[in-house]
Amino acid sequence: MGKIENLDFKKNTLRKINNYLQNISYKNNKRDLTVKNPSGHHAICAGLTENISVKINGHVGYYCGGMNQKAHITVNGNAGTGLGENMMSGLIHVKGNASQSAGATAHGGTIIIDGDASSRCGISMKGIDIIVKGSVGHMSGFMAQSGTMLICGDAGEALGDSIYETIIYLAGKPKSLGVDCVEKKMHKKDIKKIEDLLKTGKIKNLKVKHFKKFGSERKLYNFNIDNISDY
Amino acid sequence: MCGIVGLYLKKKKLYNKLGFYLSGMLDNMSSRGPDSAGFAIYNNKEIKKYYKYSLCLNKALSSGFEKDIKKNFKDIIIKSISDHVVVYTSATPKKFISYIQRNFSEISLVGYGRSIEIFKQVGNPKEIVKKFKLEKFAGSHAIGHTRMATESAITVDGSHPYSTGEDECLVHNGSLSNHNNLRRQLIKQGKNFDSLNDTEVAAGYISQKLSENKSMKKTLTECLSDLDGFYTFIAGTNKGFAVLRDEIACKPAVIAENNDYVAVASEFQAMAHLPYVNKSNIYEPKPGVVYTWGK
Repeated sequence: MGKIENLDFKKNTLRKINNYLQNISYKNNKRDLTVKNPSGHHAICAGLTENISVKINGHVGYYCGGMNQKAHITVNGNAGTGLGENMMSGLIHVKGNASQSAGATAHGGTIIIDGDASSRCGISMKGIDIIVKGSVGHMSGFMAQSGTMLICGDAGEALGDSIYETIIYLAGKPKSLGVDCVEKKMHKKDIKKIEDLLKTGKIKNLKVKHFKKFGSERKLYNFNIDNISDY
Repeated sequence: MCGIVGLYLKKKKLYNKLGFYLSGMLDNMSSRGPDSAGFAIYNNKEIKKYYKYSLCLNKALSSGFEKDIKKNFKDIIIKSISDHVVVYTSATPKKFISYIQRNFSEISLVGYGRSIEIFKQVGNPKEIVKKFKLEKFAGSHAIGHTRMATESAITVDGSHPYSTGEDECLVHNGSLSNHNNLRRQLIKQGKNFDSLNDTEVAAGYISQKLSENKSMKKTLTECLSDLDGFYTFIAGTNKGFAVLRDEIACKPAVIAENNDYVAVASEFQAMAHLPYVNKSNIYEPKPGVVYTWGK
């Protein structure tokens, strides 16, 4: 390996391609890379740690860009389950749709999904910003702890179920809200945050006024003695 | 885990490639199910007056079996592939199946009908596909399965697809939690089961509902209230196939559709080798929604 023209799944194995991307030295000036024929392989671009830019031309499988730090990853296609799972920083931009659990447990950075995200988008997220230009499936934002979700379309059943301190901005309608998730009042800093996210996602057809804010009612935070019979 | 695949061809000129495409799909799904594999091929083209009985010989004496069958039934054609045979005969299911059960208890009937042929075996899917020469099969549509065993033993009886009615079959990714109860109810209604497998019960349930003159769409919609557990199903008939995911939708599925074909699989990588797949309409079936294709 060693040659970037071999970042092609028809010519090389996942392990070799990932190994190359994970070990790019700082002295190497090649910072714009293209991965070809991903063919739905799992864990493509998982564990990248450098400030490089990787384009993936095609559809990817599970856990694409998992644990990412600093890298900018663009997927010219759809992504499978667990896109950017446990990502720390950097950016992942999917031009198509994303499957279940996009951005699960992710600590930082940004995920932009141009299409729809499936169920459990942002499950247990811990600080990432997730921008979905389409809609999200059921149980999105489940137990989400911090960070922000901006959803331009609708949300499926039980949005933000058992949510902690993640804030969800939704332009469409939720099919239903999960336990302890409520609509909240917008403040100045929310307006600033939405404007920033719209800019990051290059979203021009929507304005701040189109969004509603959802978050935790914080009723599950403490044990309530009146509920003892439920246990 | 488990991997499921389905391919429905919209153009007759592609019928000769059905097996070739499906073998690639099963091959790519062997990572999801290394224990056993099976597939059902639907081919309506062959001689109409015949029934086709797919039998797994379980290493039983094939020559003695062939002689016996040829002696006792008229106009018999036997196609032998690996440890399976497909018997073509005008004999009705009632007559033929009871004869096999009476005289060859070690042989399992894996499916029968005017159109369907089923093959299944224990082992790595990549090997199984080769043993059955799947790439040479032609037909209009096909369903396949690679199994990671959870609910029952790694045997041919525990392998998918399950066929519990004429030209019907089912593959399943997931597991059911009320299959024992449902099996008892179906046995009371006259259904027979060969294994302790949960999917066989779901197949029996679907056959039972279809025989009550319910459509596939209606039948699968009723699954949502009667089957407890998690599942992605592909259910086939001689007309086409249908896909259903339970409402929680833990089990994955992806569909690619274009002018030539509809491909369904647990993961996109199963269909990455299909022609023009990247330009197809690719989407995930929504939870609790029945999708059907066919005449």
